[in-house]
Amino acid sequence: MRQHYDIVVVGAGPAGSTAARFAANLGASVALLERDREIGVPVRCAEGVSDSELRKYVDIDPRWIATTITDFGFFSPSGKMVQLLSQANGYILHRRLFDHSLAEIASEQGAEVFTKAYVYNLKRTNNKTTLYLKYIGREREIEADIVIAADGIESRIARFAGIKTKLAMKDIEQCAQMMLANIDVNPNRGDFYLSHNWAPGGYVWVFPKGNNIANVGLGVNGKYAGERSPLEYLESFVSEKFPTATRLTTTAGGVPVTTHLSELVTDGLMVVGDAARQVNPLTGGGISSAMAAGKKAGLVAADAIKKGDTSVKQLKRYQAEWNKTIGKDYKRFHRIKAWTLTLTDDDYEEIADALQGLSPDEVTLTKIFKAAVKNKPSLIIDVMKVFAGF
Amino acid sequence: MIRIDKNRCDLCGVCISVCPVDCIEMTETELSIDEIVCIDCDACVKICPFAALSTVSKE
Repeated sequence: MRQHYDIVVVGAGPAGSTAARFAANLGASVALLERDREIGVPVRCAEGVSDSELRKYVDIDPRWIATTITDFGFFSPSGKMVQLLSQANGYILHRRLFDHSLAEIASEQGAEVFTKAYVYNLKRTNNKTTLYLKYIGREREIEADIVIAADGIESRIARFAGIKTKLAMKDIEQCAQMMLANIDVNPNRGDFYLSHNWAPGGYVWVFPKGNNIANVGLGVNGKYAGERSPLEYLESFVSEKFPTATRLTTTAGGVPVTTHLSELVTDGLMVVGDAARQVNPLTGGGISSAMAAGKKAGLVAADAIKKGDTSVKQLKRYQAEWNKTIGKDYKRFHRIKAWTLTLTDDDYEEIADALQGLSPDEVTLTKIFKAAVKNKPSLIIDVMKVFAGF
Repeated sequence: MIRIDKNRCDLCGVCISVCPVDCIEMTETELSIDEIVCIDCDACVKICPFAALSTVSKE
């Protein structure tokens, strides 16, 4: 570990590793710091991603793919299924291998990777940032021209730099997940269960990983926080639907379901991924958007280093790019998310009834939403714009 | 004050994201709360997905 790097990236998830890779590729000296001993674990993720999004940012390595998803099943509270053919193939990944590879790719581009490197404070003076860290338990200080904060939902690094990152309860899905084995699931269908009894303000997912294994988890919206914990909800679901399953893992986590931070940059600092709240607020998916943000941030950071200007004005290009691309879409998704929080179990049931009898190739997401928004004409435009591209 | 059940805590960091006074710190192996800074708002207790945090009275 050197005393100084052009760019220090804090957090080696998909956002951080992608930022490190693109910045290093343009010749910047880059350190990628991960708090945990190993990159990619523990996996706090349902691991779903679409093929078309993923391949925008990386050559897909078949070892990452647990299974290919060709269909989705939506289950109403009473158990009626609406089946939907996936318009584009999706994957359930092995995040432990995937994240590892992304860090490896960053290192091939010249980034120096360090694990067990925990940053506990920052100080900005004279256009440089000092990072205070514990590296394998020993105090260290390193200096950076630009810090890229990719430290996940807790988002403390940006907070140290004065950016407001605190989340409101309603802007979080609290999640619990088990990887279950010895279960009978469709190996190519991702299932969603919608019901206030299973997961208020969220949904249950059953994402197959092959070999009769699946990620089974759920998100409960934070506005219901304090009633029952997500773990209790998950216990109920699993004991009813998969009573004989073997529980290979049990993890907790949280997903930000809001619009991105109003400040994605400040002098000498950029925020990416979950730390920046760059998650699809409707689905909770964040892998590809983290990589999109990481790429943009890495490129802008390396360019700022070349120009010798790490001011907020220079770094704002990243924020502008985000705002006019995915950021714009997610703002729309966020409006739809706010409306989905008003749906009752009766509404879900009605939607399922309206679509019963259609064959899977007749069911489209647009039809689902049309059935859902029949009493909310103002939302139809948002929904159409979102799904026009699907 | 807030009690942390360290055997139950999964070190996911969600509590940190809702803390209004940034008094929670998490290393690879441990969550800790600075009680001097903590204002006992209970946001962390409510949001914890595993119910690993609880409020205990001060006396």
